[in-house]
Amino acid sequence: MLKKRTNIRMSGLGGQGAVTAAHVMAMAANRDGKFSISNPFFGAEKRMAPAESYCRIGEERIYDRGELVYPDVIMIFHAQVITMQKSYTAPFYSGIKKDGVVIINSACDLLTDDDRAFFEDLNVRVYTFDATHIAMEIGGTELSTNMAMLGAVSGITKTVTLEGLDLALGERFGKKYVASGGTASLDEAIKKKYAKKEQLLKKNMDTIRKSYEIASVWAENGKVAVVA
Amino acid sequence: MANELSESQRSFIGTKNKKGQTYTDPQKLFFEVDRNSAFFTGSEVIKEAIRRASVDVMVAYPITPQSEAAALIGELYAEGYVADYMRGESEFAVMGQCAGAAFGGARVFTTTAGPGTMRAFENFPMWAGSRLPIQVIVTCRGINSPLSIQPDTLEMAFLLDTGMLVWHAETAQDFFDWILMGYIVAEQPDVHLPLALCCDGFFVTHTKDTVMLTPSDLCLPPYDPYRSPVPCMDMEVPPVRMMRDPFIMKSNYISYMTHASWQEEVRAAVERSRKHTIAMMGGLIDTENEDAEILIVASGTAVSQGREAIRILEDEGIHVGLVKVKSLRPFPKQEILEATKNAKHIFVPEFNVVGWLAREIRSIVPDNDRVVAGPHVAGGMTMPAEVIVEEIQKTLGHRVATLAGRGS
Repeated sequence: MLKKRTNIRMSGLGGQGAVTAAHVMAMAANRDGKFSISNPFFGAEKRMAPAESYCRIGEERIYDRGELVYPDVIMIFHAQVITMQKSYTAPFYSGIKKDGVVIINSACDLLTDDDRAFFEDLNVRVYTFDATHIAMEIGGTELSTNMAMLGAVSGITKTVTLEGLDLALGERFGKKYVASGGTASLDEAIKKKYAKKEQLLKKNMDTIRKSYEIASVWAENGKVAVVA
Repeated sequence: MANELSESQRSFIGTKNKKGQTYTDPQKLFFEVDRNSAFFTGSEVIKEAIRRASVDVMVAYPITPQSEAAALIGELYAEGYVADYMRGESEFAVMGQCAGAAFGGARVFTTTAGPGTMRAFENFPMWAGSRLPIQVIVTCRGINSPLSIQPDTLEMAFLLDTGMLVWHAETAQDFFDWILMGYIVAEQPDVHLPLALCCDGFFVTHTKDTVMLTPSDLCLPPYDPYRSPVPCMDMEVPPVRMMRDPFIMKSNYISYMTHASWQEEVRAAVERSRKHTIAMMGGLIDTENEDAEILIVASGTAVSQGREAIRILEDEGIHVGLVKVKSLRPFPKQEILEATKNAKHIFVPEFNVVGWLAREIRSIVPDNDRVVAGPHVAGGMTMPAEVIVEEIQKTLGHRVATLAGRGS
C-alpha cells in the first residue's frame, strides 16, 4: 500500500522558499484529489542556513509526519546544500530509496565519482538543471527558483498536475485581503497591490510551466518514473 | 446528564453575536451541521476553532512552535472574534493574567510550549485548585539544555499531576474538535477545571493536512461564570480564602484536612469529567483490531507513526492492533485494561526520553513485562514507521535488516 506514496524531501537554504514549495505542492495534490501532507523542519532559521521541508503525496490517507528519512525524491534548492554540507543529513542523499530521483539546482555538475557509483547501485536518476536561471529568465527574479524546482519535480514525477499547481498558487498568494471597515485610501492601496499580485502569480506559473516542460522531456528520454 | 448548558447559555441559542455568528447548541455544532474540507496547518486550525469558540480573553507570548497560533488569534481579535487580547510579559505572567481573567468570569484561551510551559508551571496547579476552566494549548517541544525547538513530549509528564485535564491530540482534526468540545467539558459545574490540550509541535502545528471544519457563522454559546462550583471572587470561601489566608500559615488539623480534601476534590472532578468527555469524543481511547496479539498503545504523533507501521507489518503478514490514548487525565485505566487483556506484546512508542506513557501503562496492566517501552526518540528526532516495525520484529525474534543510517 505504501508503494502508492511519493515522499519528497526538499533541502534548501533559509529564504529560498523550500517550505513554501512543499506547501504549494501538497496543496496542488489536494486540489488534484489526492491525499497529501506537507511540513517544514527547521531550527531558529535565518537566511542561508539549512532549511528542509517534506511533501508526502499518496492514494490513501497519510499519517506519517515529521522529517522524511527515506525519500523517493530529493530536491536540492542550492549548491551549498552539497558543497558546504548545509543539510540535516550527510551525505545530502542519505536515505534515498531505490529507483529514486534527485533534482539539483545548479549550473554545473556537483557529484563526485563516489556519489555517482552510489546512485548507479540504487538506480537513482539525477536531474541537474539551473533552476535559478529559469527563474530569472521567466519569473524575472531569483525568488522564483522554488517555482522552477516545483515545475521540475512535477514534470518528472507527474504526482501533481499543472492545473493543481495553478489552483494552489492562487490560494497561497492570491488570497484577497478583506479590510474590515477600511478607508477608501486603504482599499485603493490594496487594489494596487492586488494588480501586482496577479502579475506575480502569472510569472510564477509561467516559470513552473517552462521548467515542467523541460523536465518532462528529460524524464521521457531517460524513461524515469517514480510514481507507481 | 452529560454536557448540559445552563438556562442562561440556552437563552443565547439561535441568537447572533456582533460578528453575525449564530450561537449554536454544541451537540448540533459537533455532530449535525455539514462540514467543509480545508487544507490547513495545525496553527491555522487552532485559529479556526477559536473563531467558533466565543472566547473572551486570549493572552499571548511568543515561543516556538506556538507563536504562529498565538499571532493568528491576534488576527481574530483584530477581526472582532475574540473580545480581548493582550501580550504577557513572560509565560509566568501570561498564566497569571489568564487566571485573573477567568476569576473575573471570562472564557480564556492561551497557548504555550516547552520551556514556556515549564516557566509558567506554578500557575497550573493554582488554576486547578481555583477551579478555573482555562484552556491552554501545549505544542510540545524540547525543554532541556542543550536547547531544542523540535517536538519532544517530555513536558507532558510534568502536567499529569497538576489537577488539570490533559488531552493529547494526534492531528489538526483532533485539535479543531477538541478545542471546542474541551470548553464544554471543562466548564461543566461538576468538572470546572483547566484543560491542557497538547500536541507534538511542528508535526501538528506546522503540518498542512485535510481538516473538516464546521461553518464559520456558527459558534459555541458563551461561558456562564455562574456555573462555577466555587463563588466568584468571594473572600471568605475557597479558593480565594485560601489565598488571602493560606492554610499553610496555620498549624492545625482543620487546615491540613481542608487542603487535603480540596486536593482530593480536584482529582475527583478530573474523574467526573469522563462522562462528559466520553459523550463528546466517543471514549477516552480509540481502538483498532484490539484482538490482535500485538498492540501499539500510543498518544499524539506516535499514533500516526504507529498507523503507518501497522500498514507495513500487515503487508508482511503480521497483524497489529492500535490503542490511541486521547485523554491522559483522566487516565483511561479500565479502557486500557480491557483493550490489552489479550495482548501478548504491548508496544508504547514515544517522542520523549523517559517513556512516561509506558510507565503509566506498566503501572496498571497485569503481567506488565508484556509492555515494551519503545521505540523512543527524543530531542526533535523523527520516528519513521520503519523504526517501530524494526522494534516489533526484533521483539518477535525475527531477523531484521539494519536500517540505513542517517549519516553523521
